[in-house]
Amino acid sequence: MMEVTFVEIEEFRSTMIHLHRKGMDFLREMIGMDWNEEGLGAIYILENSDTHECTEIAVRTTDRENPELPSVSDLWMVAEFYEREVFDFYGIRFTGHHDLRRLFLRKDWVGHPLRKDYDTSEEINPIRMESEPVEEFSREYDIKDDKELAEKVEKLKILHYDQYTVNIGPQHPATHGVLHFHLSLEGEEVRKVDIHCGYIHRGIEKLCESRTYPQTLAFTDRLDYLSAHQNRHALCMCIENAMGLEVTERVQYIRTIMDELQRIDSHLLMYSCMAMDMGAITGFIYGFREREKILDIMEEVTGGRLIQNYNVIGGVQADITPGFAQKVKEYCNDQKKRIREYYDVFVNNVIFTNRAKGVGVLTRNDAISFGATGGTGRASGWACDVRKRHPYAMYGKVDFKEIIHTGGDSYDRLLVRLEEIMQSIHIIEQLIDNIPEGDFRTKTKPIIKLPEGRFTASVEGSRGEFGVFIESRGDKTPYRMKFRPTGLPLIAAAHKIMKGCKIADLITIGASLDYVIPDIDR
Amino acid sequence: MEMKKPVIKSIPYEEFKDNETLEALIAEINKERTNVVLGRLDDLINWGRSNSLWSLTFATSCCGIEFMSVGASRYDFARFGFEVTRNSPRQADLIMCAGTITHKMAPVLKRLYDQMAEPKYVVAVGGCAISGGPFKGSYHVLNGIDKIIPVDVYIPGCPPRPEAILYGMMQLQRKVKVEKFFGGKNKHQQKGYMPDEPIIVTNCPTEQTNGKDE
Repeated sequence: MMEVTFVEIEEFRSTMIHLHRKGMDFLREMIGMDWNEEGLGAIYILENSDTHECTEIAVRTTDRENPELPSVSDLWMVAEFYEREVFDFYGIRFTGHHDLRRLFLRKDWVGHPLRKDYDTSEEINPIRMESEPVEEFSREYDIKDDKELAEKVEKLKILHYDQYTVNIGPQHPATHGVLHFHLSLEGEEVRKVDIHCGYIHRGIEKLCESRTYPQTLAFTDRLDYLSAHQNRHALCMCIENAMGLEVTERVQYIRTIMDELQRIDSHLLMYSCMAMDMGAITGFIYGFREREKILDIMEEVTGGRLIQNYNVIGGVQADITPGFAQKVKEYCNDQKKRIREYYDVFVNNVIFTNRAKGVGVLTRNDAISFGATGGTGRASGWACDVRKRHPYAMYGKVDFKEIIHTGGDSYDRLLVRLEEIMQSIHIIEQLIDNIPEGDFRTKTKPIIKLPEGRFTASVEGSRGEFGVFIESRGDKTPYRMKFRPTGLPLIAAAHKIMKGCKIADLITIGASLDYVIPDIDR
Repeated sequence: MEMKKPVIKSIPYEEFKDNETLEALIAEINKERTNVVLGRLDDLINWGRSNSLWSLTFATSCCGIEFMSVGASRYDFARFGFEVTRNSPRQADLIMCAGTITHKMAPVLKRLYDQMAEPKYVVAVGGCAISGGPFKGSYHVLNGIDKIIPVDVYIPGCPPRPEAILYGMMQLQRKVKVEKFFGGKNKHQQKGYMPDEPIIVTNCPTEQTNGKDE
């Protein structure tokens, strides 16, 4: 259960500045909310990156026609993107935000979909087959002297057209999905990157509001399909905590092992794709060779290769198979030998090292301000592993090292992933022989209702902190469900990382950031 | 001469499901007689085309990862001639739509399809591309790509297994084989899919702002 402190709008800015000064430098989540007659607003979850102490602040406005809130994008850099998301979904205008455009939906979209009074009918928003015009100016809102909200007269140019502009995406093999980079170049150097998301925005959060809790589980696998287990683990954990349901130790063991297998799977894919993006097809083939072995184990236990639908509320879908432990051990032994080959064939290759070392540097302070967790944050020297910060499942009881590099460049980001594979194997080896007997699933009532309140849970996904927020009103469906995307902070940081680099380095940086677009867009 | 059954090397004809669809297509073609020379040329060209289907890499979500698995060494679609994936629609024979298509993506997909050269094919991979899948009913999801472009082969699954993708591609190979390349329309573009007006591209800067930068 989460305790939220509501702050008046007038005091909001000063409270946030005060908290920021006190060391709350990591804006973990910003959740847009529609509380019906109580107004529109947002919940901010802040964390101190050293002490891991958390605070939840909420602010709201009762004006539904012209809702406005003060912006905090100058305090936490990631808030720039979070506020654009909230503006897109709820129509809340943040005064002082210098670039308040829609983040996911089209410019000509009518209405704000996550509002409770939004009309989903096809007539209002039909499928528009004409291409979307790219916006030229950013919009900034400010409060005039007569307290009226007004659009600033002077418009700010997003890109300068006297410079050379290039579009990469939305359909481009190196963007790992559908993402649109709008760049302005000076010669070969990138001056500014404007990122357009939303090409795979499926409205999962809105869909969740009309689904029962067990039905919402299926969506988490399809957010970041390379950390399907961890995502589902987070949602199951959140619902179980809210219900006060204890899962057996056997379930905790199975979940932890599967999480780690999934993490290895994802890191192998990251290595493979990075190799492929940089023209080393051999590296790609090598990575996928081992990945298939994990998928075999997954398939045998869960029935699914990529999307497993394995965790359920109260446990897991089916018990592990008799040969599971043996297979996992064989795989681990094999992987430990094979990982040397990756270094020989790709990582230590002089062509790769020259293209990756010192390219796309993200400093530690920027990583925290952008909330770039996961491998990216750890490559910049920020100890941001949720498994260490807020241990869950079996992570408090196993021994493993948090891999931290300090270079912050593309090369370090790859090294972090490869070294984490070894740590994951180490975790699995500690658990695999000691899986206790017990039920693999605790019985629950056929209809699951959560008590009133707000609940959160977060896990370490394959590429950062994945969080779940549920606001329940005591029904069998959530009032609001929010997933913290692991990729959105990385995209927010992309401009900072890519600025000043060569256009050819964009591919390296994109591959090393390792974002998954369906997870960003939700 | 008459068109024969489409036999491919990989799987015997009888083991395929829904041979009826293809037989109906053959019957329709066989209503009109074909010149022997042109018919033989057709056979030759279709044999070549069906064994070198180059796909456009168009993956929006999860199914794209399975598509990558098909390309890797274990499933290896190079065995059947699908290994060349193109990043430009102008060089591709087919568009393999792997993943959800949203409102924002729909015009992009349509535009890519229009940019491809005839003869072109569309394979809908996964539940989302077929009907919207688990996201049916969402405000921002297109319920099936067949609403905007004609689809040749549907591959169900969430995501489909690599074997399913291979099977679907083989079905497409057979479909390619029952086409008249010479002396007839090689592919009927269904009415209603073609936009009456050309797509207006408005991505370029307007005249007023050109060279008037601060």
